Amino acid sequence: MPGEPKSSKIRESLLKQASQAKVELPGGVVDEVVRKLERLRDLPPEEVRKVGQELIRRFRKVRVDPHESVGIVAAQSIGEPGTQMTLRTFHYAGVAEMNVTLGLPRLIELVDARRVPSTPMMTVHVEKGTQKDLSRVQGIALGIEVTMVPDVASIGTVVEELKVVVTPKASLLQARRLKRSQLEAALLGGLDRRRFSLSDGSGAGESKAFEIHLAEQAPPRAGKEPEEDMPFKRLLEAAEAVRQIRVMGITGIKRALIKKEKDEYVIYTEGSNLSEVLDVPGVDSARTTTNSIFEIYRTLGAEAARAALILEASRTLSEQGLTVDIRHIMLVADLMTNEGDIRAIGRHGISGKKTSVLARAAFEITAAHLLKAAITGEVDELKGVAENIIVGQPIALGTGAVNLIYRQPPPGVTPAKPPAPPPPPEAASTEA
Amino acid sequence: MTSGLSKRIKSLQFAFLSPDEIRRMSAVKVITADTYDDDGYPIEMGLMDLHMGVIEPNLRCRTCGGRVNECPGHFGLIELAMPVIHVGYAKEIKRLLQSTCRACGRLLPDTGAMIRSPALGPDGETLSSRPPREERSCPQCGEIQQKIILDKPTTFRENGHKITPKEVRARLERIPDDDVVRLGLDPRFGRPEWLVLTVLPVPPVAVRPSITLESGERSEDDLTHKLVDVLRINQRLRENRDMGAPQLVVEDLWELLQYHVTTYFDNQTSGIPPARHRSGRPLKTLVQRLKGKDGRFRSNLSGKRVNFSARTVISPDPLLSINDVGIPVEVARALTVPLEVTAFNLEVAKQYVTRGPTPASPAGTYVPGVNYLVREDGQRIKVMEKNAEMCATMVSPGCVVERQLIDGDIVLFNRQPSLHRMSMMAHFVRILPHKTFRFNLCDCTPYNADFDGDEMNLHVLQSQEARAEAKVIMQVQEHILSPRFGGPIIGMIHDHITSSFLLTHRNPRFNRGDTTYLLSKVGLPLPPPAGKEKGEEYWTGKQLFSLTLPPDLSVEFRSSICSHGSQEPAKVHEQDDCLVVVEKGQLLKGTIDAKAIAAGKGVILDAIARNDGPDAARRFLDVMSRLCITAISLKGLSTGIDDEDVPEEARRQIARVMATAREEVSGLVDRYHRGEMEQIAGRTLEETLEVNIRSTLSKARDQAGDIAGKYLGLDNPAVILAKSGARGTMLNLTQMAGAVGQQSVRGERLLRGYYDRTLPHFQRGDLGAEARGFVSSSYKNGLLPTEYFFHSMGGREGLVDTAVRTSRSGYMQRRLINALEDLRVEEDSTVRNTAGTVIQYRYGEDSVDPSRSVQGKALIVDEVLNQVLGKRYRPEEYLRGEGLEGTLPVGEEELDLLAEAQLEEENEDEESEEPSGEGGDGPDLGGGD
Repeated sequence: MPGEPKSSKIRESLLKQASQAKVELPGGVVDEVVRKLERLRDLPPEEVRKVGQELIRRFRKVRVDPHESVGIVAAQSIGEPGTQMTLRTFHYAGVAEMNVTLGLPRLIELVDARRVPSTPMMTVHVEKGTQKDLSRVQGIALGIEVTMVPDVASIGTVVEELKVVVTPKASLLQARRLKRSQLEAALLGGLDRRRFSLSDGSGAGESKAFEIHLAEQAPPRAGKEPEEDMPFKRLLEAAEAVRQIRVMGITGIKRALIKKEKDEYVIYTEGSNLSEVLDVPGVDSARTTTNSIFEIYRTLGAEAARAALILEASRTLSEQGLTVDIRHIMLVADLMTNEGDIRAIGRHGISGKKTSVLARAAFEITAAHLLKAAITGEVDELKGVAENIIVGQPIALGTGAVNLIYRQPPPGVTPAKPPAPPPPPEAASTEA
Repeated sequence: MTSGLSKRIKSLQFAFLSPDEIRRMSAVKVITADTYDDDGYPIEMGLMDLHMGVIEPNLRCRTCGGRVNECPGHFGLIELAMPVIHVGYAKEIKRLLQSTCRACGRLLPDTGAMIRSPALGPDGETLSSRPPREERSCPQCGEIQQKIILDKPTTFRENGHKITPKEVRARLERIPDDDVVRLGLDPRFGRPEWLVLTVLPVPPVAVRPSITLESGERSEDDLTHKLVDVLRINQRLRENRDMGAPQLVVEDLWELLQYHVTTYFDNQTSGIPPARHRSGRPLKTLVQRLKGKDGRFRSNLSGKRVNFSARTVISPDPLLSINDVGIPVEVARALTVPLEVTAFNLEVAKQYVTRGPTPASPAGTYVPGVNYLVREDGQRIKVMEKNAEMCATMVSPGCVVERQLIDGDIVLFNRQPSLHRMSMMAHFVRILPHKTFRFNLCDCTPYNADFDGDEMNLHVLQSQEARAEAKVIMQVQEHILSPRFGGPIIGMIHDHITSSFLLTHRNPRFNRGDTTYLLSKVGLPLPPPAGKEKGEEYWTGKQLFSLTLPPDLSVEFRSSICSHGSQEPAKVHEQDDCLVVVEKGQLLKGTIDAKAIAAGKGVILDAIARNDGPDAARRFLDVMSRLCITAISLKGLSTGIDDEDVPEEARRQIARVMATAREEVSGLVDRYHRGEMEQIAGRTLEETLEVNIRSTLSKARDQAGDIAGKYLGLDNPAVILAKSGARGTMLNLTQMAGAVGQQSVRGERLLRGYYDRTLPHFQRGDLGAEARGFVSSSYKNGLLPTEYFFHSMGGREGLVDTAVRTSRSGYMQRRLINALEDLRVEEDSTVRNTAGTVIQYRYGEDSVDPSRSVQGKALIVDEVLNQVLGKRYRPEEYLRGEGLEGTLPVGEEELDLLAEAQLEEENEDEESEEPSGEGGDGPDLGGGD
């Protein structure tokens, strides 16, 4: 239990031991050790210390070496399995009704930091209290899914009378839990009142039709010569305008499907609009998510976008049955979100912003980079990999990052006593 | 040999050449548009003037006096009769003109022009980026400004009137230095007016060498051709201008000059036709030389050609260590290692040299010779049989002897495409007869190599430092654990796995003869027999396998052949011999198969590599591959077409299943036509029908597979291959014995081909099973003609898919590498880029190297607690061995994927025409890899 004195004592002891050894043990490991030691009653402190010692010894062995080229290793680890991925879009696991981009195209899309994914999709969770109530969940789903006028009414034109007739279908309205009045409100809100007028048509009750009449004279548009009045053309325009009117739902959400998952109902949507869906009452904003990284960035910020990138990339890889260490994916995500926004991997993102002229020129659009560098008097500091390869020098990664100089003692001088054995490796590297 | 760097370039300053600078550095003023005279001698003040360097061996440079290989070449210049715009800077010029006053040249306020500053990085911008208002006046002189339009590529217009380059230049000249700085340029390295060219530098002859064809005809470089054009027009322009020709003529010539200078820089400028060679081929001018995959940057600067390398076909050799590579004598004689002569090795070095380049060798042996001797003064002498004795006398301390390869030299070995670091590893040389490179089969996985004609490259290291680094970090054994997922990537494959299955499954017995034969091949001592039967001693397979294990190894896991859950009672596992128990280096129970030792998933291999280190893992792999190859040649395993035979009864059953499925499908189609089909939410009626049909048919295929599978037990060699994980899957087998199943293109049943039907054998609009690509025959029984066509359609899609995929993923990887190449872990364990920006405060949030992790986990806590606390700590799941199992590097899905990949490969092998499947290997490979 948290707060139990013994558990915190074990934790404290471990952490102290680690900081004395100048080692920072991974948090997950410490948690696990504490949890497991806590189960054993009456563990003498020296045993805990021994455990700590062994943990530190082992941790030192698995630590990365300084100057390791982790970037290249990460790029290779993600790129190499790319050759084994499929190119097709598949049905999302569990939701057979929806096509979702997966495999290599999805991975490329993530790395490209596309604003809109090729198949935007949301997973909408419902608040704890109502997640098992199918009818409530259906209500939320209907409220999210976009409903256009043609979805609930038939639209016809009467040329002789220059009117558009919108006949609501009671059954469709009911299926979407809509009232005729709501449709009316949508029509009123969506039409240009100066050009059209709305009145009731034939029929009765919920399926009573609406008639939309053209105004006598088209109001002249600003800045344009009043063109020859063509009522027929305007009628078709009106019909088209009516078709584009949204009655209910959130723009961008083309479809919403309900799936039972374990013991709750989850809404999957085709199309994505995170910020507005989060505002819908009843939606659990903590668990609702989208596969559009850019939307997450816009509504929740760069850290959330980073987490989403990691999640989506590792899901894409593991869905293909490929195992890639999470650290590689994290590094890519961290690099992409490093500046506080999302930058693509490629010439419009990271590669185009490199400090080295030569590195940029060697990647893509060679001539433009060189020309620009010349006129602005740029200086290439030759610190990176590509630049140094171009000029033919060793690169500053791995063993190339360090220098060893041996000064031969002048003849006659006996070499000084060998220096004291080197301090343990962790002393050399300062821990953050 | 003096290696190591004495100098290092710290930084490069980019700058723009000023006209004065161009004049200062030029060795000659080029005025004649000709190259050589009738005798083939360069014309003075022509484009091949001797002041610009020489390309013929017997001439000397007029500027520095050097010969071909000594003179670096010198620039010349062309004085342009009229100034012209530099194409690459047309946009920049427009920006400058727009943001400064047309009369006084001072910076205009609120110009809207982007203002750049190098201090803000390559794209750093300041001030607003609003477009300029049309009517403005200069606050300094009151001049009314006019809108400037760039008529691409190089014409400027102001209110529709053309501004000549001369006028442009005059305006740019008026911009004071202070304002130039504000506009983001650095006047020390580039004044705006320099962007309008008045002199054109002529590159040295060495940059544009002319070649002499076999016919004795001279052929000039594209750049020379272009410069000839420039000179001709320049000359005509000057004459016309000086003669006072009509304005129109002068302007036309001026524009022509602009065109030639433009295409001289970039022959792919949009908006103008590219300059062409007489043959119609577009000329390759300056930008084209630098740009793209075959340009200077990517082809010659980022990647360089090397010496001391070799390439040949590869073939397998199970008797070599995984650290070794077998090298043909021919290659060994051509590649050399520099041997620095000191007082200590003087005699050895002399001996080497005395032998010459092709020492006589006693039959069947290889004696290394020497190809070159580098004297102390740096002279390289080719050692030949004739001068060997003489050369030997010249050897003294300080010389370098280039010695041919010997066993034990360290070399780099590489197979393209080099997708990860395991594509290039260090091997030790073994000089062998025959003409191929050879290596242990375990190394196939990291290189992704097979032996159907693959070729590989080999590089000999030339410095002590490089050899030391290669040995410590690039050796094969150091790469057994992959950094991708923290599991073994080098391991046993194919026959090794089959063999270890045969060796251990149900613990077969071996008599003394077989046992000693096996062990003699492996080089292990004979253990005491496991027991006696009918008075004869015997040894068991598990006992023999245990000989390869380190003595302290203890693991427990379920084999690949296991079809039971981990929760099922031990008895079930016992029956199938599929629960592996290794205790203290002894295999007590279970079958050793893919799960234990295969590349990508071997649990035992993983444990050895992690606990006992790379040396032990290498020994294990070496010994195991010998043991396995010997064992399988002893026991034997053959598979053939009759392995897929199923009894007549089963075939009838399968036929019945297929018939019912067909009926069911036509029932579905009828229901659809009658409109009785129940629609799936969110799908159209057609889609619903397809979903139903597909599931019906796949069920039928599975049923057929199950029926066939009943007759395919572990006594069947093909099944052994599939179940042990050696090669192929049960799906492959059921397709051979049962039914092939639905063919698909783009994840849907076939539908293209003819109008409303797939093939003319069917009715239009037929939605039934066989009309849309269902193959109910098995591979064994053979496909019907229509089925054969359908199968080919599905197969073709697979081929196209691979081809597209390789190029797409290749580009993704290039971009990833380029974006991430500069990141490294610093000594404070942060990850930073070259600019020093922190990308991660702690690498991977825990500073753990993935290749040292256990499938991504930093530490296995249970292991630690168990070790420290001993008996006091015994978590149940650890003892059951699930601690290891739960962290399998490869999921079941990957197994299927691997199997699929294998299937694809096999299909490739079948095809007679070669699919260009494998990326990276160009069309130069005639072979079948």
